[in-house]
Amino acid sequence: MKYFLQLVLAGLTKGSIYALIALGYTMVYGIIKLINFAHGEIYMIGAFTALIIGGVLQITTGLPPVTILFISLAAAIFFSAGYGVTMENIAYKPLRKAPRLTALISAIGMSLVLQNYVLLAQTSDFLPFRSMIPNFSFLIPGKSLVTTTQLVIMITTVVVMIFLTILIKFTRMGKAMRATSQDKVMAQLVGIDINKVITFTFAIGSATAAIGGVLIANHMGQINFYIGFLAGIKAFVAAVLGGIGSIPGAVLGSFVLGMAESFGAGYISSAYEDAFAFVILIIILIIKPSGLMGRNEIEKV
Amino acid sequence: MNKVLKEIRTSALSALWMMILTFPIIVIKVNTINMTVNWRWINLMWVGTGTFILSWLWRYLLDRKENGSGLKKTDTKESRRFSLHKSLNDKKMRIPVLSTLAVLVLVLPLLVNFYQVSIMTSALIFVILGLGLNIVIGYGGLLHLGYAAFYAMGAYSYGLMYLYWGIPFWVALPLGAVSGAVFGLLIGFPVLRLRGDYLAIVTLAFGEIARLVLENLSGFTKGPEGIAQIPRPGFITKLSLQGATIYLFYICIALVLFTIFVMRRIEDSRIGRALEAMSEDDIAAQSMGIDLTKAKLTTFALGAIWAGMAGVLLAAKTTYINPGSFTLMESVMILVAVVLGGTGSIPGVILGAFLVTLIPEYFRALSDYRMLMFGVALVVMSIFRPQGIIPRVRKHYIVGEDQS
Amino acid sequence: MSRIILEIKDFSMVFGGLRAVDHVNIHINDGEIVALIGPNGAGKTTLFNCVTGVYKPSEGDIAVSNPESKVIRTNGMKPNNITELGLARTFQNIRLFSSMTALENVMIGRHPKLQAGIFGAIFRDKSTRTEEKQVVEDSLVILKKLGLKQYANEPASSLSYGAQRRLEIARAMATEPQLLLLDEPAAGMNPQETKELDDTITRIRDKEGITILLIEHDMSLVMSLSERIYVLDYGKLIAEGSPDEVKANPAVIKAYLGE
Repeated sequence: MKYFLQLVLAGLTKGSIYALIALGYTMVYGIIKLINFAHGEIYMIGAFTALIIGGVLQITTGLPPVTILFISLAAAIFFSAGYGVTMENIAYKPLRKAPRLTALISAIGMSLVLQNYVLLAQTSDFLPFRSMIPNFSFLIPGKSLVTTTQLVIMITTVVVMIFLTILIKFTRMGKAMRATSQDKVMAQLVGIDINKVITFTFAIGSATAAIGGVLIANHMGQINFYIGFLAGIKAFVAAVLGGIGSIPGAVLGSFVLGMAESFGAGYISSAYEDAFAFVILIIILIIKPSGLMGRNEIEKV
Repeated sequence: MNKVLKEIRTSALSALWMMILTFPIIVIKVNTINMTVNWRWINLMWVGTGTFILSWLWRYLLDRKENGSGLKKTDTKESRRFSLHKSLNDKKMRIPVLSTLAVLVLVLPLLVNFYQVSIMTSALIFVILGLGLNIVIGYGGLLHLGYAAFYAMGAYSYGLMYLYWGIPFWVALPLGAVSGAVFGLLIGFPVLRLRGDYLAIVTLAFGEIARLVLENLSGFTKGPEGIAQIPRPGFITKLSLQGATIYLFYICIALVLFTIFVMRRIEDSRIGRALEAMSEDDIAAQSMGIDLTKAKLTTFALGAIWAGMAGVLLAAKTTYINPGSFTLMESVMILVAVVLGGTGSIPGVILGAFLVTLIPEYFRALSDYRMLMFGVALVVMSIFRPQGIIPRVRKHYIVGEDQS
Repeated sequence: MSRIILEIKDFSMVFGGLRAVDHVNIHINDGEIVALIGPNGAGKTTLFNCVTGVYKPSEGDIAVSNPESKVIRTNGMKPNNITELGLARTFQNIRLFSSMTALENVMIGRHPKLQAGIFGAIFRDKSTRTEEKQVVEDSLVILKKLGLKQYANEPASSLSYGAQRRLEIARAMATEPQLLLLDEPAAGMNPQETKELDDTITRIRDKEGITILLIEHDMSLVMSLSERIYVLDYGKLIAEGSPDEVKANPAVIKAYLGE
């Protein structure tokens, strides 16, 4: 029973991280119909920024860890959003009217660029990441079951979800985003600045990915330049599983995937842990390409 | 003058932005174990000046691309600039050019050292891979990101067949092609309904699953440690290392020629036309009676055959294979070769494959920057020259007035 | 009583909650020219898409009879198989293969009538060579019939709008259909071109014996060309009959003019 609960918690933790990344995927796809292959790298850059800024503060100042955590989180969000927006501006904006496969190839290129940029500027080795999340004493009784970090990850994810839902449902920008994702031409006609909406979408998606990056770094205790690739692919699987373009779908898909991986690794085989995501992806796309919560799109002929 | 000032301002702002953006990763290096921070301010200067110049160039090129769109039509017609390509199309030049090339290729192993021959052989294997992927992407219009799995199928066919039954190279070569094709069909079936980017991601997934299976079926495939001591092809008797390498070079040359021959024949046939139609508009193609199921499966199988053969060649060349040779990065490299050279263009893909394999070999100093450069190349090519270095020149059926 | 080529029985198409086509019955006799008219969004193209297999019908039956009068239910069949039963279509928003020449577009239409497979492509044996020669000749003949021969070597995208529409017809005819489905063939044409199209369609029926079903908004063309007319409005069939009957039908007038 305890093993089972542990697996559930591990699944929820994983699912939370996937959700934070998958949101960016799904929002970008919803608006410009691009699989932003380099999205995982933004998450990796978030983790690196937090490690670097946090490290500098740790070494040069005597600030308490929680303060450092928040400063480095803020830095990660700022820089990741910056990378996301810049990437869009350089690699995707000139391709708005190009065939989708051309844009996808550009995205693959961007992914290589960012990975190797971090590899060359920093290192190819795993860097140790000292967790900055304090252990809350009130959790001690259940400590063997759930760590503080896991709890923080889940709570943060829920908070981010609520924040995003409000943003998209009730703000002007949120409405503009929804309008753009439904019909770009119409949105433009009613006076929505598409470029602004796309930039904003990349910024928000990158920011949530950065939060995921900082959290996973605290959780795993080490990072390298390659962590973004697999996490990115899996988050993409989660987004497709939930129905790409749908925000609640991305969250649902992420938790389903997190659970499936956790249980698959726990009860079937941990060697194939990474394969589960791919198998799920293939099955879902073959059986119901629109995902769990996506709309069925019929091509107009 | 005002315009120049404005350009300077924009470039300066871009440079400033990039300096801010890259600051933490480019400048700071922390060591949390020794508790030291290394500030590399000089890097910031590089980023600043680099961005200043490049952003100027970038805007100039973008501007030219957008305003030059009217010239595009003539551009495709004059894209035969590449001289070798042009001379090959010119009937009079064809024979002398081809025979010079042939002589060069034949005597090459006698002129250069054995190490060079080995590098050229790797490049030739990559040419076969590129041409094979070109069928899928260039002709069929299906973006395939798991092509390395087909490659692995070929390599492991030879490796395993040798390991368990001692099957020699010449038997393994066709069998590798067949197993590649079978695997291509197996992957082709489930993905029939998918299109465009979804198809790309699913092929990626298949590629990764194939690699994970190879890694984890340790009992059968020897897992991550791989299969060693696969024999090189022998010529009547067993050859010396040097002899076998040169022999394999000639085999690769022959197979490349065979590949080109088949590609050209396919391009110019009923099947080729059907693939062309499918990649342009699948709904219209289907309404004209083209069976998309058949066309897609043909595409996958035809593409996989060459990967299977290339895999056998790789196993024979390196005598050692492991799953690490068939990662997603390998698939991406083959894709780079195709896109860089010119999707759909046979000479383009050949050039692309040579560039991708030879640049890192001959510019060792650059080899750390290899992947970064290829990434940049993919982005730049997508934006400025999606048709590649040597764009495809489609052969058209031209009818003369006399045929009425 | 001549043979019924296409019979649509109690057919509906539902998208999400929307009934785009609602319990429609249509039949087309061999050798007829029939028009399907109705206001925009009435479900005409949806019906075409279901008949040609691009969409799968939600309810009802669609059946095609082959020249031997064998009736085949086509619900859920793939478009290419339906084409092989002798149905060919054009598209409302022209879908030519734009990088190919006019000739090559028609050659694609010949695809189902050819045999050569992958081995023929590689070895280029005698039968493949003959076939390839034949396909060029046949395609030229079809282009000539549609008055497009002088454009044979031109890329499809460089043709005028009217010529592109005719090329779509040529490409469809290359599949040797018994029934040709034309989706707004006169859209974007000037009166002169429309007049020529009228003659062309009549000629295709009279000389080639191909039955025609067309969707068209140009009423003068519809009235002069068609022998029977079906009128769709909001997915429902509101009238059918000869041009004169339809013209006089109050329901049709109401659908077109509003109240």
